Amino acid sequence: MKSAAAAKPITQAQKDEVLAIVARHKDRPGPLLEILHDVQRAFGYVHAEAVPLIAGALNLSRAEVHGVVTFYHFFNSAPPGRRVLRLCRAEACQSMNGRALEQHAMKKLGVGFGETTADGGVTLEAVYCLGLCACSPAAMIDEEVHGRVTTERLDELLAAGGARK
Amino acid sequence: MTVTIWVPRDAGALALGAEATAQKLVAAAKSAGTEIRLRRNGSRGLYWLEPLVEVECAEGRIAYGPVSAKDVPELVAQGLLRGGAHALRLGPIEQHPWFKSQQRLTFARVGQIDPLELNDYLALGGFRGLRRALELGGPATVNEVLESGLRGRGGAAFPTGIKWQTVLKQPAGQRYIACNADEGDSGTFSDRMLMEGDPFSVIEGMIIAGIAVGATRGYIYLRVEYPHAFRTMTAAIAAARKAGFLGDKVCGSKNAFDIELRLGAGAYICGEETSMLESLEGRRGEIRVRPPLPAEKGLFGAPTVVNNVVTLATVPVVLAGGAAAYRDFGQAKSRGTLPLQLAGNVLRGGLIERAFGLTLRELLYDYGGGSASGRPIRAVQVGGPLGAYLPESQFDTPLEYEALSAIGAMLGHGGVVAFDDTVDMLAMARYAMEFCAIESCGKCTPCRIGSVRGAEALGNIARGINTEANFSLVEELCDTMLQASLCGLGGMAPFPVLSAMKHFREDFTKRANGS
Repeated sequence: MKSAAAAKPITQAQKDEVLAIVARHKDRPGPLLEILHDVQRAFGYVHAEAVPLIAGALNLSRAEVHGVVTFYHFFNSAPPGRRVLRLCRAEACQSMNGRALEQHAMKKLGVGFGETTADGGVTLEAVYCLGLCACSPAAMIDEEVHGRVTTERLDELLAAGGARK
Repeated sequence: MTVTIWVPRDAGALALGAEATAQKLVAAAKSAGTEIRLRRNGSRGLYWLEPLVEVECAEGRIAYGPVSAKDVPELVAQGLLRGGAHALRLGPIEQHPWFKSQQRLTFARVGQIDPLELNDYLALGGFRGLRRALELGGPATVNEVLESGLRGRGGAAFPTGIKWQTVLKQPAGQRYIACNADEGDSGTFSDRMLMEGDPFSVIEGMIIAGIAVGATRGYIYLRVEYPHAFRTMTAAIAAARKAGFLGDKVCGSKNAFDIELRLGAGAYICGEETSMLESLEGRRGEIRVRPPLPAEKGLFGAPTVVNNVVTLATVPVVLAGGAAAYRDFGQAKSRGTLPLQLAGNVLRGGLIERAFGLTLRELLYDYGGGSASGRPIRAVQVGGPLGAYLPESQFDTPLEYEALSAIGAMLGHGGVVAFDDTVDMLAMARYAMEFCAIESCGKCTPCRIGSVRGAEALGNIARGINTEANFSLVEELCDTMLQASLCGLGGMAPFPVLSAMKHFREDFTKRANGS
């Protein structure tokens, strides 16, 4: 379960939006990932009820679309928190105390990887390399990148409530 | 008089506060009554000096670094806007020993130009390679790349010219160029730096590849973990199209070529070329069994050149300067230059492009300055999460394909990650198996099951349970994965595991004694 809040049923307006997204990409070759990205950009996740809509419009089976959604770590099947904290777990970050930072983040937020805090504020996600390996350990909050992240720095970033630098 | 100041917009520089530094510089210059022109560049690759600020003066671009936002008021007060003296003043970055000793061919422009300013690109030799390819035509262009000795920089090191030749020889019809920008290996960031710092070089390389093999369409498969590179590449493709480098008539010629940028979705396996093609086609990133090779039957079933970002960005260098000039760099079967990425626990990490042949020790100590923690460097992983761990006794190995292969290691995409003596190599071996389990596409059993069982057995060793039996089990599992996996993920995940077990045996046995 990715979120404390269960997904609400999809509304007609949301269904229309999903279908509009599909219509936009339908005639491009191999459009499914592009569609899923746009759906996730619009809603924050890929709603279970969006799956049959997409499948029907692309003439694919529900299983095929579900299979793609669940294959890729980036696609959420449930609403994420207001902010997504991605901590790099890869080797370069481990060499600079990344594991201690992971432990600190989990303790501080009270969640594991792939989980969202009870107040819906933050989703903690594992990421395997952000390409910031010369300034490890690295983290990304939404699309904002941070290098040489100490436990103190992480606390500051979380306390800042997403305020832009 | 307006003073021009450069502050990188590279993600690595931003991660160290470059945006705040840039904003503070604008504010401080305003209060000082000096008009400035803030320009944004890629990173020069000296990450321990980021944010690296450069001020254009009579004597050239004077660098200061690392400049955090809080340093700015004092720096401006002391004359940064005139290139004045300060403890953080580095002088012209081209004269800095860390930079000066490099041989930058592929990365020649990165950090020097505004990545989205087409005139900057053209002024420094941009699109010269493309013009030569248009003169030469397809077969002669393929031959030029073949003669240069360029091998795939993504990791597999397959000769680029041979791959292109295979595509060229296919029956007439639709062909594709697929640029692999799914740079997932830990410790690597050269693709990211190129896309953020010199995106037109990637575009130019793809157009040349298209002309060479007769493809009119290219795809870039970019990882979603690189939002900054995505924005820069998107803007660069639009600019190249507007200027007539992409479209129905490339540079007014009869050749058509256009590029579509596609985003991955956080799957490491999609860096494997056939998995990437599946993903581009909108499916699960499960690998394809070869043959047929992508060069024969690739994207949407058509002959496809699949090359890494660095490889493609090097193609214009080869064409512009000629195959012989490029081949003159390097040694043995490793020709040209390699952009090495030095990362992890090092004092001075970053991008070092040099001709093949630098030893690991020179890289770690001459460039890296030893560990960041000040403790001895105990282990180094070369070539990403599927690369071997090397002990100090192997640090004199030259960083070239065959020399590393001879010691059971691989150069891969050129990432080097250093660990100090606090590293637990059993934990790293276990992580390698866990990572393989998380990222396995699930298509073949050795990888899907072997990685899970491998992680379990290593976990048992860590707990001191049946150490010897589990040790043998891990060796057997590794053997099966090496021999029977369908692709490099399962087929190479044993490298870090077996090398850790061989060179750092003490980390695996101490638990058995109850210590």
